[in-house]
Amino acid sequence: MKPSAGLHFKTYLLIFLMVIFGPLGNVLLGKGMKRIGAASTGTLTQALDLLSRVLTSGTIWLGIGSLITFFVAYMLVLSWADYSYVQPASSAAYGMVALLAHFLLREVVTPLRWIGVLVICLGVLVVGQTPPRTTEPR
Amino acid sequence: MREIILYLLIIGAGTGGELCVARAMKTVGEVKDFRPSALMRLVPRVLRVPWIWLGLSLMGTAFFSLLAVLSIENVSLVVPVTALSYAAGALGGKFFLGEQVTRRRWAGVLLVCIGVALVVVGRG
Repeated sequence: MKPSAGLHFKTYLLIFLMVIFGPLGNVLLGKGMKRIGAASTGTLTQALDLLSRVLTSGTIWLGIGSLITFFVAYMLVLSWADYSYVQPASSAAYGMVALLAHFLLREVVTPLRWIGVLVICLGVLVVGQTPPRTTEPR
Repeated sequence: MREIILYLLIIGAGTGGELCVARAMKTVGEVKDFRPSALMRLVPRVLRVPWIWLGLSLMGTAFFSLLAVLSIENVSLVVPVTALSYAAGALGGKFFLGEQVTRRRWAGVLLVCIGVALVVVGRG
């Protein structure tokens, strides 16, 4: 089956949304959890206290909102495209995470780490050249 | 040790959950109508597929494990480490969903994994 141009376009659009909102969500969660501090769940009281601090953090909820947007785009794209296509293609998100962590959270991203990100993007390009669907639609 | 268990949960439960969700969405069929009302009508259809519930439970487990690790480690390390699920994902796509993973796609996945390894090694 030859995939149509429309199928490619909506696949790319949703993957673009995934690449923006997935990393943003993770970075916001990271920021929120760093502020809350190391998770200690030794006793039930500690676990409940941690849970209440997590659930009352605005940053965490923003992160959850971003991840839900990511997840909706992800589920929609999975209704027609192969998982083994979508998962690697969305890995451009790793570059985005490094950028956001560097600029928003001031995390140190070493040169070797940037090279790693570039290799990931190269892998994404290779995957992008394969057809989005190999199974017949039901 | 605790971090390793959490990473395993993120990768194992995360990939397992995504595979279940993918299987559920394949059962639902290709989404062609993106208007909000149509998407809302889609929700009950999706929720009637049993696979979605297993998938969401597993993804929830992975999510809370991710939160726990993020309280200790930097995002720029944690997120790339979770990419170890790429190999698991390609294998799952092939054996669980019956997708044909071509040699070219395997090559892309391999490159992604190499990149992830460099990110981990390149720790500041």
